[in-house]
Amino acid sequence: MANRERQKTIIIAFIVLCMVILAGRLVFVQLINKEYKITASNNVLRYEIVYPARGLIYDRNGNILVESQFAYDIMITPRELEPFDTTGFCSIFNLTRERMDQMLSDIRGRRSAIGYQSVIFLRQVTKEQYTRFLEKSYKFPGFSVQTRSVRSYPSPICGNLPGYIIEADPSFLEKNPEYRAGDYIGRTGLEEYYEKWLRGEKGYSIYLRDVHNRIKSAYEDGAYDKTAVPGKNIITTIDLALQSFGEKLMKNKVGSVVALDPATGEVLTLITSTGLSSQYLTNFGSYYPQLLADPLKPLFNRAIMSSYPPGSVFKLVNGLIGLQEGVVKPETRYSCSMGYHAGSLTVGCHSHPSPTNLLQSVMMSCNAYYCNVLRSILDNPAYGSIAEAMDKWQAYVKSFGFGTRLGIDMPGELAGSLPGSALYDRIYGKNRWRSLTVISLSIGQGEIGATPLQLANLAAIMANRGHYYTPHLVREIPEDPSFRPNVERHQVMVDPENFRIIVEGMYQAVNAPAGSGATARQAAIPGVEMCGKTGTAQNPHGEDHSVFICFAPKDNPRIAVAVYIEKGGFGASQAAPVASLLVEKYLTGTIHPSRQWLYERTLEQDLLTRHLQ
Amino acid sequence: MMRRNDKLIRKLDWWTVATYMVLVLIGWISVFAAVYDPEHAHIFDTSQRYGLQMIWILGGWFLAVVVLLVPARVYALISNLIYIIGLLLLLAVLVFGVERGGSNSWLVFGPVHFQPAEMTKVFVAIGLAGVMSRPHFHIRSWRGLLQVTAMIVIPAALILLEKETGLALVLSAFIIVLYREGLPGWIPVTGIVAIILFLLSIVWDPLFVIWLCLGVCFIISLLLSSRKMPVLIIFGSFAAVWFLVPLVMRWFSADLFSYMDACQWLLALAAVLVVVLFIIAMRKKIAYLKILLLCFVSSIILIFSVGYIFNNILKPHQQARIETLLGIDKDIYGTGYNVHQSKVAIGSGGFAGKGFLHGTQTKYNFVPEQSTDFIFCTIGEEWGFLGASLVIFLYTFLLVRIIRIAERQRQPFCRIYGYGVASCIFFHVFINIGMTIGITPVIGITLPFISYGGSSLWTFTLLLFILLKMDASND
Repeated sequence: MANRERQKTIIIAFIVLCMVILAGRLVFVQLINKEYKITASNNVLRYEIVYPARGLIYDRNGNILVESQFAYDIMITPRELEPFDTTGFCSIFNLTRERMDQMLSDIRGRRSAIGYQSVIFLRQVTKEQYTRFLEKSYKFPGFSVQTRSVRSYPSPICGNLPGYIIEADPSFLEKNPEYRAGDYIGRTGLEEYYEKWLRGEKGYSIYLRDVHNRIKSAYEDGAYDKTAVPGKNIITTIDLALQSFGEKLMKNKVGSVVALDPATGEVLTLITSTGLSSQYLTNFGSYYPQLLADPLKPLFNRAIMSSYPPGSVFKLVNGLIGLQEGVVKPETRYSCSMGYHAGSLTVGCHSHPSPTNLLQSVMMSCNAYYCNVLRSILDNPAYGSIAEAMDKWQAYVKSFGFGTRLGIDMPGELAGSLPGSALYDRIYGKNRWRSLTVISLSIGQGEIGATPLQLANLAAIMANRGHYYTPHLVREIPEDPSFRPNVERHQVMVDPENFRIIVEGMYQAVNAPAGSGATARQAAIPGVEMCGKTGTAQNPHGEDHSVFICFAPKDNPRIAVAVYIEKGGFGASQAAPVASLLVEKYLTGTIHPSRQWLYERTLEQDLLTRHLQ
Repeated sequence: MMRRNDKLIRKLDWWTVATYMVLVLIGWISVFAAVYDPEHAHIFDTSQRYGLQMIWILGGWFLAVVVLLVPARVYALISNLIYIIGLLLLLAVLVFGVERGGSNSWLVFGPVHFQPAEMTKVFVAIGLAGVMSRPHFHIRSWRGLLQVTAMIVIPAALILLEKETGLALVLSAFIIVLYREGLPGWIPVTGIVAIILFLLSIVWDPLFVIWLCLGVCFIISLLLSSRKMPVLIIFGSFAAVWFLVPLVMRWFSADLFSYMDACQWLLALAAVLVVVLFIIAMRKKIAYLKILLLCFVSSIILIFSVGYIFNNILKPHQQARIETLLGIDKDIYGTGYNVHQSKVAIGSGGFAGKGFLHGTQTKYNFVPEQSTDFIFCTIGEEWGFLGASLVIFLYTFLLVRIIRIAERQRQPFCRIYGYGVASCIFFHVFINIGMTIGITPVIGITLPFISYGGSSLWTFTLLLFILLKMDASND
């Protein structure tokens, strides 16, 4: 059998070769290839995300506008799912059996994509449901609870101001890679603008887990865990009491109220009506379709997004420009016979003593006077052409903050519209228009559009006699000392001394004795030197819009307000009471007994029927 | 009696016994680590698998002692009877068998669960040794070859019927025994090459496998040819034509090659090559070249028939079953999960391992079957490359030792039996470790002496100690 020596050698060689192949493969798997080590730690380490509490939003007096509370999401881990008490589960969460089966089969369909992860099965269940679930959770293998912080609002507040938070959508995630699916982001209002500060930083805890995703222990005793950094609180300029008071006054009216502190540009109230009720904000996603379909457009932040014709309040601007240009003097008088008549053109006016000087024209809001003023400005021989004069006028108006974004710290602000010669050249053709063509600009109608914020800013300019500060909502972020509100002082192109006579007109409009023709006597507040200007903006779609801007006190003003009420009728009838009650509340802290009737009438006033026809 | 025992102790191959002991203890510790549960932290706790494994080990030692006390010549005397009993047990399973874990290969006697398929190795090894050691037996005769083939294929078929594919395939390892006893070398080589080609043509692109065949042919020609230049020129020009012609044609924007895919083009050229080489072989009477061409042509036929049958005749669920059987499914969350997790566990062990009981992948059950078929993962993860290669070394040492023992037997019966033992252990070790690191199909067979379970441990103990007893009585 010695001749079998070769076979023996070959067999041993073959066996050794195979074993060397095994060892060689081990060298590759264990020593060379790093991928397996990474997969191993992915397998075994479970990162539990710790969501930070979102920063709180305070008003100027330290009251909480927006705070955070815990919400509970029911999570599902498909790989841990076993047959469970479906009926019990459905009864806790008020689900029908069919719905439950459908949700489960959806999840099963995504099973391999989900892998070992947990995904949200039910969003924001109530605290009662959460407690009932916890008691019985042993019956529901594969389900767990994730706690997250959501927004709550201690006092009801117009939701358009703070905005809402909502789960980030795929297109947002694509643009902002630092966010992950399931994160909540601020949308609209302060939540969006101050997202960077409010959001905080997510943390995580690392656990060792087994193949069933059961947590076995904390990894390295939590040495590599990252604690969540809570979002930073922000202190706004809003006066919560005034905001709530204003919202109460605006109940059942459509429009907007903006109040500023003229000395600083701080926004005291910013109301949109009908606005977003804060009760919808906590679980915004589920109300969204309903809100979108609402004919009163609660999602539309009228205060900064709605471009309205300013109406007669715009006469203030034209008057000031006339003075600055020297085409109108305080003593200039124009007569008015129920309007301005030039050929076939008539701009109607109401009945008031005539003729009027400049001061009286403000007090009585004479349309004819301002038609004359605008014509004097535009047909001023000092300019080579009407186009040149028009552009000069446009520059003046622009310096008042019209036709441009004021730069408030809130997303979505509109610039409004402000025409110049270019626009009219385009509409009518070059040299095919005259001062009479654009005559409606004199009384704040026509191609001009302004947001309520811009009107409030005009009130602030009147209060400051010629300058304004960028309106802003956030005053301070205590944990970020480097934060400064973006505020600039803007000087308008009209000299301060020219304001005296116009402001006096505003004072008289409110405070002149009965029978003098003053338009805003309802706005007078005992003990407060109130200055105001009414406006009634023509509305081709129905009742006129009611406008009122005011500031008080006359000297060292502390508040400037614009009220715009859609389909409110005369400025004096709807907007002026709201504005004056707001000012009274702010300056005196109460409503004078002699004005209680006005307060109650304003509260009862329901204009919604005009909008729902 | 005392003298006999003295002689037994003196003549027992203690190296083999020691290796056996070390492997069994490694097995016990690994099972402990694989199913470690802090609540039952004691390795002797018989409510857990490691406690049970201790009982299996003690039982195995008892079995070993019993075997050592049985006279060695018994096996040769009753080898036919033993083989027939083995077949009857397999038949009994088919009739009375109980299904357990997807295979109905278990016989149940009260509390005892017993898997005859696992034991079949012993019966076949003894039966084959009995037949092949007869004076007039000739493996190179048709009669002899047919007889031993039947002795291997019949039990394998019975085991296949019990759905224990892995254990049926183990019997193919006896081809090593046949080769040692005179089976022409080309038969096992053809078999191995055919299996490799079969697997490769399912796992890889046929094009690549053809290329591989060409490369192998080239190397073999180069090794066997006395004049190297013609071989280099022929294969070099072949490669050049294969690469360059399509390029050149594309340069002239001829569309001929867009009608042929790369595979057809390669085949067409290969056919030309085969014809040219065949003519050369006939003219110059070069024998090896003819054989080489025959191998090459049959390889290509095999590759394409496998590909054709697999893709065109088998239905998707049958394809999936074969892919699962071969463990080549790429879906790491589906059927490929086991192998992927197993590689991850072993790979994460690195050079020195994570330390005893510190393996995260095996401890937290990422690897299925981790105390039985995938026990090597625990070793790889916790003891790293050092531990894993030590285990491979121990097996290699054991196998070489067994072959040396077999070779020194005076009786052919004992020698043939010894090779049978080596073949079985080798097949189990290579396939089992190979499947945990992803180079062999996952066919579900145990790692000898180490995997958890009584059937496997006792079978291999029996196999090994019968040989050791024969060796001790070898005079």
